[in-house]
Amino acid sequence: MSDVIDPSRLTKKDFETDQDVRWCPGCGDYSILANVQKFMPEIGRSLDDIVWVSGIGCSSRFPYYMNTYGFHTIHGRAPAFALGIKVANPDLSVWMVTGDGDGLSIGGNHLLHCLRRNVDIKLLLFNNRIYGLTKGQYSPTSEVGKITKSTPLGSADQPVDPATFALGANASFVARAIDVEAGLLTDVLRRAAQHRGTAFMEIYQNCNVFNDGAFDAFRGKAGKEHQIIATHGKPLVFGKNDERGLRLRPGSMELEVVEIGVGGVTVADVMVHDETNPLLAYLLARMPFPEFPVALGVLFAKLRPTYGDALEAHTKTALERHGKGELQALLRSGSTWQV
Amino acid sequence: MASQADPLAPPSSSVTPRKALRGAVVRFVGDSGDGMQVTGDQFTASSALAGNDLATFPDFPAEIRAPAGTTYGVSGFQINFSSQDVFTPGDAPDVLVAMNPAALKTNLKDLKTDGVLVVNSGAFTALNLKKAGYTTNPLEDGTLTGRQVLSIDISKLTLQAVKESGLSTKDAGRCKNFWTLGLMFWVFGRDPAPTLRWLERKFQKQPELIAANTLALKAGHAYGETAEIAHYLYEVPPAAVDPGLYRNIGGNTATAWGLVAAATLSGLDVVLGAYPITPASDVLHELSKHKHFGVQTVQAEDEIAAICAAIGASYAGKIGVTATSGPGMALKGEAIGLAVATELPLVIVDIQRGGPSTGLPTKTEQADLLQAMFGRNSDAPVCVLAAQSPGDCFYMALEAVRLALKFMTPVILLTDGYLANGAEPWRIPDVASLPKIEASFRKDPEGFHPFVRDPKTLARAWAIPGTPGLRHRIGGLEKDYDTGHISYDPQNHERMTQVRAAKIQRIADFVPEQQIEIGDDQGKLLVLGWGSTYGSIREAVQRCRERGLNVSHAHLRYLNPFPRNLGTLLSRFERVLIPELNNGQLATLIRSRFLTPAESYAKVQGQPFKIFELESRIRQMLES
Repeated sequence: MSDVIDPSRLTKKDFETDQDVRWCPGCGDYSILANVQKFMPEIGRSLDDIVWVSGIGCSSRFPYYMNTYGFHTIHGRAPAFALGIKVANPDLSVWMVTGDGDGLSIGGNHLLHCLRRNVDIKLLLFNNRIYGLTKGQYSPTSEVGKITKSTPLGSADQPVDPATFALGANASFVARAIDVEAGLLTDVLRRAAQHRGTAFMEIYQNCNVFNDGAFDAFRGKAGKEHQIIATHGKPLVFGKNDERGLRLRPGSMELEVVEIGVGGVTVADVMVHDETNPLLAYLLARMPFPEFPVALGVLFAKLRPTYGDALEAHTKTALERHGKGELQALLRSGSTWQV
Repeated sequence: MASQADPLAPPSSSVTPRKALRGAVVRFVGDSGDGMQVTGDQFTASSALAGNDLATFPDFPAEIRAPAGTTYGVSGFQINFSSQDVFTPGDAPDVLVAMNPAALKTNLKDLKTDGVLVVNSGAFTALNLKKAGYTTNPLEDGTLTGRQVLSIDISKLTLQAVKESGLSTKDAGRCKNFWTLGLMFWVFGRDPAPTLRWLERKFQKQPELIAANTLALKAGHAYGETAEIAHYLYEVPPAAVDPGLYRNIGGNTATAWGLVAAATLSGLDVVLGAYPITPASDVLHELSKHKHFGVQTVQAEDEIAAICAAIGASYAGKIGVTATSGPGMALKGEAIGLAVATELPLVIVDIQRGGPSTGLPTKTEQADLLQAMFGRNSDAPVCVLAAQSPGDCFYMALEAVRLALKFMTPVILLTDGYLANGAEPWRIPDVASLPKIEASFRKDPEGFHPFVRDPKTLARAWAIPGTPGLRHRIGGLEKDYDTGHISYDPQNHERMTQVRAAKIQRIADFVPEQQIEIGDDQGKLLVLGWGSTYGSIREAVQRCRERGLNVSHAHLRYLNPFPRNLGTLLSRFERVLIPELNNGQLATLIRSRFLTPAESYAKVQGQPFKIFELESRIRQMLES
């Protein structure tokens, strides 16, 4: 079915499969797929040591298009499968794809527990704020009042913000990117690949059939001035010429937008991004649009032990305490009698 | 009435001969906080050490601490021990030990007419009588007239006995179960030493509890020696059993050990994904102790995640296992379907309990058979096995792993609350005698696709991530028979559906034919059972045969596929009776599969069959 290639010589082409890609023409997924395939050689792993896992939905077709191992599972449960794969073989490089419905509606519970456990997987959540594969119902990230086939008078639910959800679940890595913005997406993928633990990436993805233009206000060239790319150690500035910035409103715990050079404000007054500060990450993730820009890039990254580290330690402790298990001895342990 | 003896009377030192019994059934009942399960466990251990064959049945409320003194807070433990083979915990107790009025109220009806009642008169206070729903004291109002009663103020005697330990009155009172145990040890001539040693281990860090419980146990024992209860002294000689090294084993422990054994015998790690649920949690607890045996346990966020993690582990080349009970099975249905579609090995242990819904969490039932067979969307056949005794859980867990790996299929192992919490003496197998468990991973890229099949077993190739050159994608979408790619072709779907069914049927060629347990292989009546009813049916059929009735017993451990000779076997009997602890599920399967007019004997009371119930049903069928 496939041959073995030295990881250092892999190219984008090696990550492509012979399967026809079955997303709608113009879908943001194509751009994400191309960028991922282009990036993957960088991680330096053999094609045979990579597993892509997904749930159900448009995004979850992703594994069929990656020339690695792949497991297209059931709706919402991909994090649990990924957990089992990682427990069984910690050496594999496990990547998971989900969507806003798969990951935050039916699978919200599993996503929560994956993040808090810090299972060492890379997790891409394609957020298009709509149900695509079931043909256009509102999703848990749709704005209130969304008019869809299932909500002719508008949806009643408040949306969940994926990045905020992840931070609340004690994620060790939270980033945001946009489907068509290759540079940012690649930067985020690179940082995620280097992170040990669950690397949570929310990718704004346009569904041109059921929710076209959902992100136009901050996507592409026109949207640039409404984006702020969080970069660790750099001031949080944005705008056409970085003429605006974020700082804490004096005497409060709220962010405010300031104009650099206006009213004596300088770059030195702008807040410097600290990706290890969960409170700042939360503030950035929750900024209301359009009063504030949309925060992209690595909002939060802080290493902590992974689930696998703990399991490995348990096995080590058990082996130190008891030695390698001997079945006959186990069966004979405790009270026995001879007849 | 038996003992009118003043419990504090001076000792009489006569040595009395013990009355030899073939066996006895003893039931301990008290409040959930009275320690009846510990008492039962210790009495069981001493009976095993005395060489008796035995079977036990703990019966406890769903509430962890139900309000004290209430009838629904009563916890019980029954043991049947004998010098003969024992197959069930026994029907009616010969000795009933009731620690309070509620326990007496709920259990007195079960005591044999000539049985002995030991009762803690100290607990028969006005308040406790009221809580139990007694308007007058049954110890005094004639309720017990004609019964053999040992009415003893165990509460008071325990307090006196443990006084010197310095425990508070409340803590001292909690030792009354050991006082009672001491008395029962005397009654049946048991050596208290092993229990005293157990106390030393159990309360290593609380020496005051060792001291107090030891005092209580010795006092109860001494009471028996000194009080005038001579005609209640019994002896149950050792049973003649196959030579070997024995231990007691409970069903959940046996299941867990079977899985540990599978890891050792296959050289593959076991990965258990589980979510706590009664009565399955002990499998998780037990396996989590054995990480040095190549066992990983994941306590998942829910039943679904538990099975999905197990399937993920199987996909990556380990033995994925999940253990649950009925409600958990209902949640796992979709994931089992995925394991059917992707043809991955997986063991699902369903420790059945009473339902529907939350039902009777701590009571037993066999009502998940049809769920195990069909509880998934579409045609999704899996292998279904059932264990028939606590010790058999070990062998069936091994068998489940063997078949899952050999046929690349989910295997559901059905046990139940009765097997899970019951215990029996178990001859410890020699590891070298256990079946071989083989796992073979595809390595060769030549001619590979993920659904390439072994022509003998129809199992697909197991090609795990990390294997050079075997990259492929699998999932819940239908796959092409010849390439393993996604396929929506109508003919292909039918072909794949047929091959998935044929593969499960093929298992019948690799498992034993159905044997007759007792009786002839043809005749008037076959009693066909499955799972935990083994002991009751066997004993009932045996008794009927001793009466000269033409009846045989066969017991299924393989439910899907059925053993290949089952149809022929059924056709050799004029009538077939199927007793089960559900509303007739196996009977439904047998009738539809073999067009046999099998008669159903359903019992759905959360309790196992009593031997006499089965015996009278069989007699009714054959003597009328």
